[in-house]
Amino acid sequence: MKAWHFSENAYPYLPPADEYESIRVSLPNRIYDPKKGAALYDRYIDEWLVAEDEGVEIMLNEHHQTATCVDPAAPLVLAALARLTKTARLLILGNPVANRRQPVRIAEEMAMVDVLSKGRLECGFVRGVPYEVLPANSNPVRMNERQWEAMDLIVKASTSHDGPVSHEGRFFHHRNINIWPRPYQQPHPPIWVSTTTPGGAGRVGARGYVQATFLTGYRGTPAIYDSYRKGWREAGRGHDVPVNRLAYAALVYAGESEAEARSGAEKLLWYMTANKVPLHFCYPPGYVPAPVHAQILPGAAIDQHAANRANATVDKAIEAGIMFAGTPDQVFRQIKQMYDHVGGFGHLLIMGQAGFLEHDETVRGIKTFAREVYPRLKEAFPDTAVSGMRQESLAARVVA
Amino acid sequence: MISIAGVELEMFERGHGAPLLYLHGGAGIVLDVPFIDLLARERRIIAPSHPGFGKSSLPDWLDSVDDIAHIYLELMDRLDLTRTDIVGLSIGGWIAAELATKVPQRFGRLVLIGPVGVKTGRPDQLDIPDVFALPQDKLDRLRFHDPAKNALDLASMPEEELHIVARNRETLALLTWEPYMHNPKLKHRLHRVNVPTLFLRGASDGIVSAEYLERYAALIPQARTETIAEAGHLPHVEQPTATAAKVLHFLQSTQAAETSGARS
Repeated sequence: MKAWHFSENAYPYLPPADEYESIRVSLPNRIYDPKKGAALYDRYIDEWLVAEDEGVEIMLNEHHQTATCVDPAAPLVLAALARLTKTARLLILGNPVANRRQPVRIAEEMAMVDVLSKGRLECGFVRGVPYEVLPANSNPVRMNERQWEAMDLIVKASTSHDGPVSHEGRFFHHRNINIWPRPYQQPHPPIWVSTTTPGGAGRVGARGYVQATFLTGYRGTPAIYDSYRKGWREAGRGHDVPVNRLAYAALVYAGESEAEARSGAEKLLWYMTANKVPLHFCYPPGYVPAPVHAQILPGAAIDQHAANRANATVDKAIEAGIMFAGTPDQVFRQIKQMYDHVGGFGHLLIMGQAGFLEHDETVRGIKTFAREVYPRLKEAFPDTAVSGMRQESLAARVVA
Repeated sequence: MISIAGVELEMFERGHGAPLLYLHGGAGIVLDVPFIDLLARERRIIAPSHPGFGKSSLPDWLDSVDDIAHIYLELMDRLDLTRTDIVGLSIGGWIAAELATKVPQRFGRLVLIGPVGVKTGRPDQLDIPDVFALPQDKLDRLRFHDPAKNALDLASMPEEELHIVARNRETLALLTWEPYMHNPKLKHRLHRVNVPTLFLRGASDGIVSAEYLERYAALIPQARTETIAEAGHLPHVEQPTATAAKVLHFLQSTQAAETSGARS
């Protein structure tokens, strides 16, 4: 198993939540102090460097017009990391491809980072969360179709080496595709796609890309992985799905003592408690299929933020499988339980910093995990394992 | 249902008399039925659900108001509407305006009620408030003179109707997201609309302002504007009788004027 330290570059110095409508989209940036922001960038980059020193890989992402993630141009940070690091794999998860107008530009950015890092890029694509459509002015309808056309075009741009090619598709038009540089890794950097629904996962499986899923817990994850494996097999990739094709993201905090772990875990909950976003930003028309939207419409008056806060406790999060926190033993057991429950995954994406988790606490969490949990994970869950075997063999036994 | 270019169009037809093509607004046609019935006392109403609205299908290729206008050109041919009046509401007004720029000779009179479709204001200000970035209660306050009485009660709506509401909103976003609620070319084409046109809006309409309506009307040579009291963006829902009376009066008076040769 590979572990990745993921930080959203949050800006936590906000007024009380009841003084603003939303932490995303409409929060005025006068609240953002550039001097504090500069110190935060230094700090968060330093934490990624600590992760590298501890043998943990690096992951970053991109959001827009939000205090939860002040990284609106992830390739820029990626470029800095490419020069500041030496060995860690660099995962961007991901490029919000349905919201960007020029897929070929993304191919250029990714190729450049791949060359800068001498082949350490892991290139992730996301559709973009619903609150991104207003900042990007991106039509929320037919985003999946745009995402897939863009991803295919980026692969084509990355793998065409004999002079200009062209693309005249449904959503994108490029008369002259001939990127310089081309990627360092051949034929292209590993591709990751995130999805939180089974529907998307089958298609990702058919392509054989790495499937990542975020905070989907015991309840949501099995169906997503099953769909991935089904897509993989139906595309003729063979019966066995390597675990390294599947990734799971959770809030993770390991402490030397239960008290230390609990304190860190409480602070990580900021991810959930601070995400105050009104319903009309969460469900732009067309982002979810109409029948799903129809179920949400009558609840338009529900205060989802209040509901989320009430549910956001360390114990509930651990119980749901969206957080792994405790002593190294406890964290190992929790991860193993999730691994067994979903049939195995090869990448643990560690949401290891949030809100007011201070630098020293973040670093302690990374080090405790890296030194006391990670070696056991690598031993127990080798990268050569096959995903789905255990669960399916159990099921087969039951049937027999 | 009528099938055109891969679109299965849901059709409502009511009444007898001279044809009146009726193009509903972004909320779909269901709300409009009482108003349509009032118009149908004097006219033959032909009212399609736009592609992607109600039960009309939405093919993958269709994504603009202009596309819908082309579907309706074919519809007019199929129904042998060589010359018809037209009433369009909100986005339906936009479709009507597009149609009228393409084949002005096929239309007698135009009535545009709270129409969108042009951008005449400053670049640093939305002409139409962003309906996709507002909570439901604020949106209802912009849409209705009396939201307490007239706003849809989504909480008690049957699932099948909710599904249609969700689908209508999705199609509205698809068609109007960018450029937002307008076709930049339309204002340069409206000079071709050489038929008498009535622009109507509810006095309390928070979506289409009085200024917007005036500037829109100024783009069509024979246009005038009128207001309906105690109504918002859906005057035909809040004041169906007054709205129908104004529409029918305009259509009749101009018919009479034409008959007597007094058309200006």
